[in-house]
Amino acid sequence: MHKLLLLGDEAIAQAGIDAGMSGVFSYPGTPSTEITEFVQRSPETKEKGIVATWCANEKTAAETALGMSYAGKRSMTCMKHVGLNVAADVFMNANITGANGGMIFVVADDPSMHSSQNEQDSRVYGNFAMIPILEPSSQQEAYDMVHEAFELSEKHKIPVLMRITTRLAHSRSGVARKASKEQNKFKLPKNLRQFVLLPAIARKQYQDLLNNQPLFLKDAETSSYNQYFEGKDKSMGIVACGLAYNYLMENYPDRNIPFPVVKVCQYPLPHKLIKQLYDECDSLLVLEEGYPVVEEKLKGFLNYGKKIMGRMDGSLPRAGELNPNLVGKALGMPQQEIAPIPDLVAKRPPSLCKGCSHIDSFIGLNQALEEYNRGRVFSDIGCYTLSALPPYESINTCVDMGASITMAKGAADAGMNPSVAVIGDSTFTHSGMTGLLDAVNDKSNITVLILDNSTTGMTGGQPSAAFNKIEDICRGIGVEEDHIRVIKPLRKNHEENTRIMKEELAYDGVSVIIPRRECIQTLNKRMRQKFKEKNSAKQ
Amino acid sequence: MKNDIILAGVGGQGILSIAAIIGYAAVQSNLYLKQAEVHGMSQRGGDVQSHLRLSSAEIASDLIPHGKADMIISVEPMEALRYLPYLSPEGWLISNSEPFDNISNYPPKDKVLKEIEKLPRHVLLNADQMADELGTKKAANMVILGAASPFIDIPFSKLEDAIRFLFGKKGEDLVNINLEAIRAGRSFAQKSME
Repeated sequence: MHKLLLLGDEAIAQAGIDAGMSGVFSYPGTPSTEITEFVQRSPETKEKGIVATWCANEKTAAETALGMSYAGKRSMTCMKHVGLNVAADVFMNANITGANGGMIFVVADDPSMHSSQNEQDSRVYGNFAMIPILEPSSQQEAYDMVHEAFELSEKHKIPVLMRITTRLAHSRSGVARKASKEQNKFKLPKNLRQFVLLPAIARKQYQDLLNNQPLFLKDAETSSYNQYFEGKDKSMGIVACGLAYNYLMENYPDRNIPFPVVKVCQYPLPHKLIKQLYDECDSLLVLEEGYPVVEEKLKGFLNYGKKIMGRMDGSLPRAGELNPNLVGKALGMPQQEIAPIPDLVAKRPPSLCKGCSHIDSFIGLNQALEEYNRGRVFSDIGCYTLSALPPYESINTCVDMGASITMAKGAADAGMNPSVAVIGDSTFTHSGMTGLLDAVNDKSNITVLILDNSTTGMTGGQPSAAFNKIEDICRGIGVEEDHIRVIKPLRKNHEENTRIMKEELAYDGVSVIIPRRECIQTLNKRMRQKFKEKNSAKQ
Repeated sequence: MKNDIILAGVGGQGILSIAAIIGYAAVQSNLYLKQAEVHGMSQRGGDVQSHLRLSSAEIASDLIPHGKADMIISVEPMEALRYLPYLSPEGWLISNSEPFDNISNYPPKDKVLKEIEKLPRHVLLNADQMADELGTKKAANMVILGAASPFIDIPFSKLEDAIRFLFGKKGEDLVNINLEAIRAGRSFAQKSME
């Protein structure tokens, strides 16, 4: 069969479609977004009746996927690494309920923080939940592993974690497809108490999870994704995890590695293979993308025994993603001198698009706050976070989804006045609503700007769960009608918008201002589409 | 055969279209391919790059090692310089001469071009103007791809086929403009090497 040219994300999506997945439930987040988008775009999705939905947040998404698994069908939930923090509650209990139909958590980590606020390693979560983890080293493996992950999940009745990183998620390569599988039939769990985590049941279920650990280990030890490669030079053995295996191979163009190598792409860590490597070699080098998860394990707390090198002893940097050069250096290869970047090359950080509605909102807010000293604006995660940079420098925080409103409340409770929160429409329904309820219940003195561009902008314009609902939500939560103000952020409205902001800053209580104007990117996309349709109608 | 290519530019300048065309042509030529792209925040007017690797043998890393790129193809001159650490000592740099100036501290254009001209193997062309003369400035990326085409080990006709395939849905006019653009870039590069 002809190979498809797919991003790692797309390979996972195609595999889901081919492996009999009945639904994918997600919240957009770089670098995971393209998985769900691909499923939504695929003509097969419609033919097969696959559900592919953007949810309000990662927790609701993962819970929906778990519900589909309860009904006996195969489901997937996709998110970026920090999204798993939001879904951690269901993640850390779905391991106890277990699965019925196969269920996969696909989590895309972002080492080097290309588009993220941290570089947490989801394998730590996988270990925390004590479930099998798959970490593909190539697009083909990513495709194949989805099939494997569903099988594993159904065999052990447990959700499986699939961990990828940015470079695999957003890199394209040829992928060969497997034969397509039918979806599961609707089938309730055999034991109708399986998903009831009352203490007495949970204790038993937890014991099952513990009892299953040796089985997960046995699977990892016999997995074709974990392999031992012989090498003559036993001065060093290499453990290469996931994508790091490719960087290792890149350093040996003839693919002849003198050292023994264990390639690890399925966890728990294959004990027998690693033990063999440790026994045969004088020292070990651990190559892994993200945290030193494996290295720490091999070293142990007291670090007795053979030398183990990796991110913790300085052989590799402790932070940031790996690349062929860093791995080559750790292997002791001579590094050729590289040309420097000429001094005149200036940094080019991302910026708000020309015509973006946020620009007018921030120019207005800056002026409305002019009479106070700076440092009063709590913000959130989205395109508008770019207003922290010149020329606006409007915002003072960006922590996690929804933290703007709650932090503004905390500061207001500490006596700061005015205290301002700036949050996007999609982020508001993701995690801002509950914080707003806290503020209303406490009659906190905060001013909340919900920047409504009617889309999830930063990740490329997915539909926003907040669309057409923001005023109703605010009213329902109890914000007073007179203090829900909708404005249109345009230059010509600047004077009036600034006046309204000033009024609400002066109000002692919760006020919500909703600057509403469509994202310029989605608007352009819509206009192009309209133009095309008009043209084709003419013909 | 092995071509390791760094594609450079600013978000929105169309480097992913260049990547898609080379990628499609490479697959049609039965070559192995890996192509790392930048998505997300940087696409908002920031610097973007793509590592594009073509080979007759299987490719290991998605990223090109420092000093190993056979060429840098850039739709913006300062962005071309940003990736010099990747360029092999024998490598070519093909770049648009016209700056995309969306920052307050963009260096003087003549100094940027002088840096590029220091390289022993480079092709520098005003792709904006060439594309404009053909009818749309938007085709500047195709002019640049054309200028790079003599250095890419894929038959030129396969690149043309890829344009027909990938732009086909958008109408014949657009296909033709892009074909003219890639041909104009190619003949510029060929003449400048004579």
